Amino acid sequence: MSALIKSSLARKVVMALSGLFLVFFLGQHFVINITSVIAPDTFNSWSHFMGYNPLVQYLLQPILIAGVIIHFVMGFALELQNRAARGVRYVSYKGSANSSWVSRNMLISGAVILAFLALHFYDFWFPEMAYKYIEVNPEDPTRYLVETAHKFEPMWRTLLYIIAFVLLALHLLHGFASSFQTMGVNNKFSSGIKTFTKIYAIVIPLGFIFIALYHHFNPITH
Amino acid sequence: MKLTLKIWRQKDASSKGKMVDYSLNGVEGDMSFLEMLDVLNEELINKGEEPVEFDHDCREGICGTCSLQINGEPHGPDRLVTTCQLHMRKFKDGDTIVIEPFRAKAFPVIKDLIVDRSSFDRIQQAGGYISVNTSGNTVDANAIPINKHAADEAMDAATCIGCGACVAACKNASAMLFTSAKVSQFALLPQGQVEATERVQNMVRQMDLEGFGNCTNTGACEIECPKGISLENIARLNREYYSSSLKG
Amino acid sequence: MGILDSKIPAGPLADKWTNHKNHINLVNPANKRNIDVIVVGTGLAGGAAAATLAELGYNVKTFCYQDSPRRAHSIAAQGGINAAKNYQGDGDSNYRLFYDTVKGGDYRSREANVYRLAEVSANIIDQCVAQGVPFAREYGGLLDNRSFGGVLVSRTFYAKGQTGQQLLLGAYAAMNRQINRGKIKSYTRHEMMDLVKVDGKARGIIARNLVTGEIERHSGHAVVLATGGYGNVFFLSTNAMGSNVMAAWRAHRKGAFFANPCYTQIHPTCIPVSGDHQSKLTLMSESLRNDGRIWVPKRKEDAIAIREGKLKPNQLKEEDRDYYLERRYPAFGNLVPRDVASRAAKERCDAGFGVNKTGEAVYLDFAAAIERYGKEKALTTGIHNADKNVITKLGKEVVEAKYGNLFQMYEKIVDENPYETPMMIYPAVHYTMGGLWVDYNLQTTIEGCYAAGEANFSDHGANRLGASALMQGLADGYFVLPYTIGDYLSNDIRTGTIPTDSPEFDAAEKDVTDRLNKLMGGKGLHSVDYYHKKLGKIMWNKCGMSRNAKELQEAIEEISALRADFWENVKIPGSSNGMNQELEKAGRVADFLELGELFAKDALTRNESCGGHFREEYQTEEGEALRDDENFKFASAWEYKGEPKDAVLHKEELVYENIELKTRSYK
Repeated sequence: MSALIKSSLARKVVMALSGLFLVFFLGQHFVINITSVIAPDTFNSWSHFMGYNPLVQYLLQPILIAGVIIHFVMGFALELQNRAARGVRYVSYKGSANSSWVSRNMLISGAVILAFLALHFYDFWFPEMAYKYIEVNPEDPTRYLVETAHKFEPMWRTLLYIIAFVLLALHLLHGFASSFQTMGVNNKFSSGIKTFTKIYAIVIPLGFIFIALYHHFNPITH
Repeated sequence: MKLTLKIWRQKDASSKGKMVDYSLNGVEGDMSFLEMLDVLNEELINKGEEPVEFDHDCREGICGTCSLQINGEPHGPDRLVTTCQLHMRKFKDGDTIVIEPFRAKAFPVIKDLIVDRSSFDRIQQAGGYISVNTSGNTVDANAIPINKHAADEAMDAATCIGCGACVAACKNASAMLFTSAKVSQFALLPQGQVEATERVQNMVRQMDLEGFGNCTNTGACEIECPKGISLENIARLNREYYSSSLKG
Repeated sequence: MGILDSKIPAGPLADKWTNHKNHINLVNPANKRNIDVIVVGTGLAGGAAAATLAELGYNVKTFCYQDSPRRAHSIAAQGGINAAKNYQGDGDSNYRLFYDTVKGGDYRSREANVYRLAEVSANIIDQCVAQGVPFAREYGGLLDNRSFGGVLVSRTFYAKGQTGQQLLLGAYAAMNRQINRGKIKSYTRHEMMDLVKVDGKARGIIARNLVTGEIERHSGHAVVLATGGYGNVFFLSTNAMGSNVMAAWRAHRKGAFFANPCYTQIHPTCIPVSGDHQSKLTLMSESLRNDGRIWVPKRKEDAIAIREGKLKPNQLKEEDRDYYLERRYPAFGNLVPRDVASRAAKERCDAGFGVNKTGEAVYLDFAAAIERYGKEKALTTGIHNADKNVITKLGKEVVEAKYGNLFQMYEKIVDENPYETPMMIYPAVHYTMGGLWVDYNLQTTIEGCYAAGEANFSDHGANRLGASALMQGLADGYFVLPYTIGDYLSNDIRTGTIPTDSPEFDAAEKDVTDRLNKLMGGKGLHSVDYYHKKLGKIMWNKCGMSRNAKELQEAIEEISALRADFWENVKIPGSSNGMNQELEKAGRVADFLELGELFAKDALTRNESCGGHFREEYQTEEGEALRDDENFKFASAWEYKGEPKDAVLHKEELVYENIELKTRSYK
């Protein structure tokens, strides 16, 4: 077991597992968010559940944050190690001949997503934490849709979110299928997995973009 | 045709190298890439300059000695060939060709375009074998039937020539395809099962020690491999590694 | 018998090897730890020997000029490896393999050695399967066999078209296991520069580190030379660029006799030379002759038109083609042995019927096979009245399944599609049957110096059968040498480590350094390749597929003059301190320039035609080889006496007690 922790393959597993976990979370996040467009009451009640259920708040939320941190820290650490493994750089390196841009630039898409997460936390998580634990406001199960829609009023934020979702799609395009390969899954199901991950990588971010645009163009006025 | 060659020149392992430009006339399409370099070297020798040193031996694509990063790709732009089988008809009159050694921290340059790939040997020495005595007192070759499909797959993995193109192509200079080819060959055969746990652990440990990068599944190695070794082998290596880790 | 003692054990042929093993001395395991063995060359023979010797307990040092033992040229062997397993139940046996090998060698090999080879052949397959060599299998999971030229049974085991690679990687893996145990110390990018003799025994080598240029001394109680053949004396051959005779030739200069240098195998199906830039030739597997038909145009004007590009081969009508092998050898047709097929191609091209720019190529045509297979395939898939296009399409698919990788290789090199236009082929130097003379124990005429694999002369006589080289290399390395060498080493259990600071080592190192300095001190007129190409031209034109006394005499004089010119005027840039590939080549070519002359002298002495040695003066009226068993039933072993022209011939009479000598006929 101890060898597993130290080896390059173990680090890859950590990347793959944390990545798959985040992919799963993303799907769940999307399912809740899309209700903000199609069923506002459901959105409010699900959001309220997520915000106040102790299991979600005190167990799942820390795990999620840990997953994000591990994925990013490990990603940067591996990237540094990988750059060092080249030694002297090539004068001419034609990566496009044998691999996709996204697969070679997970660091770039990852860094954009990281920056986006900072904005996203600033927009939602910090206010939420302040609302609940600092200001200690009373529970209000109807506030979520208004708060969410309100955020997408400024064009700049909507645009930033859209850019981030595009990069997220690129990140997923390589990362999702890749984590299966890392976990050792490469068999007759692989082409199916690849197709599924491609659809997922495009549909989910596209859905998020749709939600952002929807709220931008349908402001809730009281 | 007339070509401009930009070639990495480096006196020895401890010297600093640099790209040097050469112009070469009279290159014919029927020449192999290495024969083109032979022509250049003959010119250099006759001018009293030191020829460009490069690794090569069988010149029929099987020994794995020749290397060269040509215009940013190991073994050049053609697929499923080594540099010795790459022919000049793939280039045009007036082309500029950039020729560099395979680059990896684990492949230090010895001179000019020659690199030291003994790290590959050390990975094999760590476990790339079946511990059977070579005295001939083994069981009859047909005592254990082997499924044809498994035998063919083992053969496909075993065709690796150890040239290092996978490392050279990989943006991370990872040796996973190389290591996985040998692990796969034995994982697919009944004879390889006995030592499977130790083999994969030891070979991966040595691979890490040599300073190769991590696999990020870009797939560049599979595309550039002159023998078409499949990424499935890397997945199999991963499986073998995890299951052996849980066992041991 | 003279001074050559082959040490063939007494007794019936089939019992000789077992009896011999039962009676030779052994070294006990504790004592083996005190004995060092040097193995030069890490191909099938060297790699296998090193692994087994280390496993037995000896301390082994291996040397190879390549950057890894895995790259030895055994790796390039395509077709397969013979073994008398009789898995097909087609009547194969040790005796039959023995018989085929002796006959194929045109009755110029040693019975006892060949029988032993056949006897251990089955062990090789068991051994390699246990090592994880992925031989081809049938759907039932058992090993598959194919047939090869010159035999009536199916006994060839194979791993796609890369059998040599897989067997070598097996030996390399066995070596790696011993390297990991610390029993083998592997010296890569090292070249043996000389053999060191102490008190008449081989006790070490002088090696050059090809990276640093340092000259190193290595001692051992015995030295094994498994350094391959010398086909590169022809410059153009199917050998690797680095294949050389240096180790064997250095040993020869120190007293090891060189046997039958003129026995060279010229393989009929290689890709022709395309121009002066050519550095090496590529073999196309012998298996292609199963389906390809070989031809040249019947009329010289057609051949000229084809050479000038005015006529395409497909435009030539059936009756205007000369299928010369089918015409001359109706019984065997395109499947005559290698030497016969090669000579016939040369005969047509010399007569002006060659079909490529240089006039040195013949066609290997698959059109008939494509049509035949296509018709068959159409019938078996239920297509009746198939039109020509359908038949051609189906036929191409069958041919692709059989030979796809070879056709692809051909297209990469020649840039022509062999499915559409006939392949062009021409014979090329491929293997050398000659080599260091060894006795039954594989010991050379220097005590403690052994030779294994292609480097020795022992098993193939004047011509080697397909798929037998791999068999011999592994037999020598895994199963013969490790036993026989123990008999010699049993005298060395009290010797202790051989010191490397003796006067003998001093002298040998000085010789090596002087030689390097002399090479570096050339006047600098011509590159090493200039001389190598000149030597190759002389060898090919005058000592090639057919030879005559006049030209051989000329060759001797020309090579001698070329050698003098080389030492005077060769140009080697750079220095000897550090990596210098030109200097490496120069050392090798210098030895080829001596070997080449001995080669010609050997060919001149052998006034008969046998196997790969064809003397124009000795042929039948139909142009077939004429052997002279009365006067030449011996192996020629040459003793070094300074210049090659002064070499002294020793004859080892070949005794045939179990096989009756016959004339080979393929009509």
